[in-house]
Amino acid sequence: MKNKADGTGGATFDRSKRTLPGELNVFFALVLIVTTFEALGWLLIGDSFLFNTRENVDTFFNEARLKIIILQVSIVGIIALGVTQVIITGGIDLSSGSIVGVTAMVTMSFAQVSIVNGNPNPKAIFLEQGWLDLPIIVPLVIGLACGIATGMINGLLVAYTRIPPFIATLGMMVAARGAAKWWSKGRPISFPTDEYAAIGKGLMPVLIFIALAILFALILKFTRYGKHCYAIGSNVEAARMSGINVERHLVLVYTIAGTLAAVAAIVLSSKNLTAQAGMGVMYELDAIAMAVIGGVSLSGGRGSIFGTVIGALIFGVIISGFTFLKLDAYYQEMAKGAIIVGAVVLDQWRQRRQTLGG
Amino acid sequence: MTRQVLNTEGLTKHYGGVHALEEADFEIHAGEHVAIVGDNGAGKSTFVRQITAVEQRTRGKIWFDGNEVNFAGPLEAREAGIETVFQNLALADDLDVPDNLFLGREKFLLNLGPFSILDYGGMRKATLDALMKTGVKIPSIRNTIRRMSGGQRQCVAIARTATFHSKLTIMDEPTAALGVQETSQVENIIRTLKKAGEPLILISHNMRQVFDLVDRIVVFRRGRIVANLNKEDTDQQEVVAYITGAKSGNGQANLT
Repeated sequence: MKNKADGTGGATFDRSKRTLPGELNVFFALVLIVTTFEALGWLLIGDSFLFNTRENVDTFFNEARLKIIILQVSIVGIIALGVTQVIITGGIDLSSGSIVGVTAMVTMSFAQVSIVNGNPNPKAIFLEQGWLDLPIIVPLVIGLACGIATGMINGLLVAYTRIPPFIATLGMMVAARGAAKWWSKGRPISFPTDEYAAIGKGLMPVLIFIALAILFALILKFTRYGKHCYAIGSNVEAARMSGINVERHLVLVYTIAGTLAAVAAIVLSSKNLTAQAGMGVMYELDAIAMAVIGGVSLSGGRGSIFGTVIGALIFGVIISGFTFLKLDAYYQEMAKGAIIVGAVVLDQWRQRRQTLGG
Repeated sequence: MTRQVLNTEGLTKHYGGVHALEEADFEIHAGEHVAIVGDNGAGKSTFVRQITAVEQRTRGKIWFDGNEVNFAGPLEAREAGIETVFQNLALADDLDVPDNLFLGREKFLLNLGPFSILDYGGMRKATLDALMKTGVKIPSIRNTIRRMSGGQRQCVAIARTATFHSKLTIMDEPTAALGVQETSQVENIIRTLKKAGEPLILISHNMRQVFDLVDRIVVFRRGRIVANLNKEDTDQQEVVAYITGAKSGNGQANLT
């Protein structure tokens, strides 16, 4: 028995005994990685990673680089917000990349213009039906409905058939990719309306990512929904005995994850001004990696949106850092793989150290 | 005779061909502490799972607090006032003490369906009150369950029953996995409940503990109630004889 398990302390609420949040470690990791790139930058190519070194620009930081770091991870980051919630409940979602694919295809075909440079839109899907130049609300609603439907199917499978989430979402991953290819028989869909193109323009993906991150961070921390996510991931039997409707909750979690994948699809197709059946391939793994690097435990019950956002930034820093050091993309992927494994090893180690014996 | 809190008649549970519980007639009165003893597989935990509606009984009737009840699930049983400390504790390891106490019935600042805003302050205060009431000592209620010893976990599980002014507390082997000191802490909590007049059903293998704490002892054997003994009228040897089957009898004959 631990020496202070009995008799001392009393029923207190002692701030000094609160444990440091796990996200702090992740944040230090981010700082460490940035510092490493900064040092390597000066050593190898004689330039700064983080700070501005150009004479004609009057800023302290290298703002262009910072923008790229966050812009290139914000779309996958939106997916990672949903994946984080799924993993906290002890599940996994392998289908988000494919949901991006099918949603982008379907949404884009309702967002097309009729006239391109004075000619009829050569890529129009619904030319005969005349469904062109539709108001922005139409593709948005249809896109979100795609995400809700696919996510809900995932959730119903996981909750009521009791098959492992890995298998349920693997099935959706394959099926949704098939649907994305079937939708236009493999042809890309292009030329959206100006309103639709505005959704992903410039730094819009970053703003959408940050807004959604704040929204879901608050939801996970301060609402019953969030508390039950952690409870289910922590001990599903305890959650059930406490009267939580575990099945209904899981359906909601996977539906939200699907919806966020759909949001990512809308932003991505808008940014690229086109949709292809192959969009979003491997995004599910990048999103899972961001969450895991950010301290979300694959065994469920632990992690946070804030952690995942930092995980996403680490991802962005590594990609930008390797480009900055002019290293091949091969090294970048190898490093990414190593960091994912390292993050899980660290999580296991922390978990073992924190658990006290009975 | 004092008011009945819980009463079962012909309570029966079959798992397929396995008859885990047969025709159990059981009662507990206001302020009374009753022990349920029996060998492994005698039907003790099965009995608890039926009255707390964790499982649905095959047949039989249950009266609770004066009314015949048919709980659809454990939450209904809890809302009616039956609080259970389960053998496997039923705590979420990654949540702290208030979160666990209020799991499944959180306090809200604003009701928005699934996205209702939690009232952390209110839950923390109620937690401290519950810990005071039961005399439970925990270094910090902000610690997650994962960071606690077995005894502290057990205390949290017991404190949960005290938070909701339960009408009946059920403890399924609350000290089975605990050390000596931790066991005595849990036993003190049980004595506190007795003083407060809270009825309790205690499932235990520990004869010393049973004779220390309760008023009446009900013995299960092979899914049936074989004895119902007042503590004053019996001794450990007789109870053990009923448990092992060396002595058999009809529990109803000895009713108080």
